Amino acid sequence: MNGIHDLGGMHGMGPVNPETDEPVFHADWERRVFALMMAIPGSVYNIDEFRHTIERMEAAEYLSTSYYEHWLHCLEVLMIEKGQFERAELEAAWSNAASAANGSA
Amino acid sequence: MADHDHTEPPSDTALRVKALESLLLEKGLVEADTLDAIIQLYEHNVGPQNGAKVVARAWSDPDYKARLLADATPAIAELGYGGVQGEDMVVVENTSDVHNLLVCTLCSCYPWPVLGLPPVWYKAAPYRARAVSEPRAVLKEFGVEIREGVEVRVWDSTAELRYMVLPERPAGTEGLGEDELAALVTRDSMIGVALVEST
Repeated sequence: MNGIHDLGGMHGMGPVNPETDEPVFHADWERRVFALMMAIPGSVYNIDEFRHTIERMEAAEYLSTSYYEHWLHCLEVLMIEKGQFERAELEAAWSNAASAANGSA
Repeated sequence: MADHDHTEPPSDTALRVKALESLLLEKGLVEADTLDAIIQLYEHNVGPQNGAKVVARAWSDPDYKARLLADATPAIAELGYGGVQGEDMVVVENTSDVHNLLVCTLCSCYPWPVLGLPPVWYKAAPYRARAVSEPRAVLKEFGVEIREGVEVRVWDSTAELRYMVLPERPAGTEGLGEDELAALVTRDSMIGVALVEST
């Protein structure tokens, strides 16, 4: 599929900007997303479905979000598509997480 | 595509991840202990120190180097490395005539068992866009000048196949053992954006 992910040769992306002494993860949530993706059993989805879900991201969102944000988007979308949970359950989990965060603030 | 009957996700990414994790735990799709073990493994045990040992062995043992270049996956497994994102490995050798550079233009395919998880720049748009169209300019940004007359080969990873660069052994390292050699080998040299220096 030709899409925004097909970046080879694209112009206007700017310098590479490598980071000195880069950590494996830059935030705790990156650790968690990585581990969630790895821990979900292979019977639920395969790697090609995972990749294709990222490739289906809206182009502007793809370019303006980070690697592990792509993974997060992918897991939310794919788990719903695979019938592992409903969108309404995810929304309820968002609101629970927000309440818990406010409660502890 | 957006369905406006739906609540938008929270703008706080950490919150969104917490919500997803709690839902997956509740559904029994993941277990907390497994998550912690995965993080421990990839943050502390798997990394470019593994690939460095493969390189040091290849520099020290010509028979091993021949096996590595002929069929990398079993040769790497001889040192105990393999598995996820390293199921089908190809090792490409830098020489005085050829410099190799790795990229994944479509996503971020990278040989985890030997190099660990990829750095941000490898996964980001500028490197993926430019490594294939102007590799010498990209190398220059990493401080690597490739002489005229040296061929630059860029290897674009596929969904299943992963590359690793076997860097050139630096001059002045003839007396060093494998451990000392491995200590000289950097992650970037095995991606092809650095050369190995003798000190």
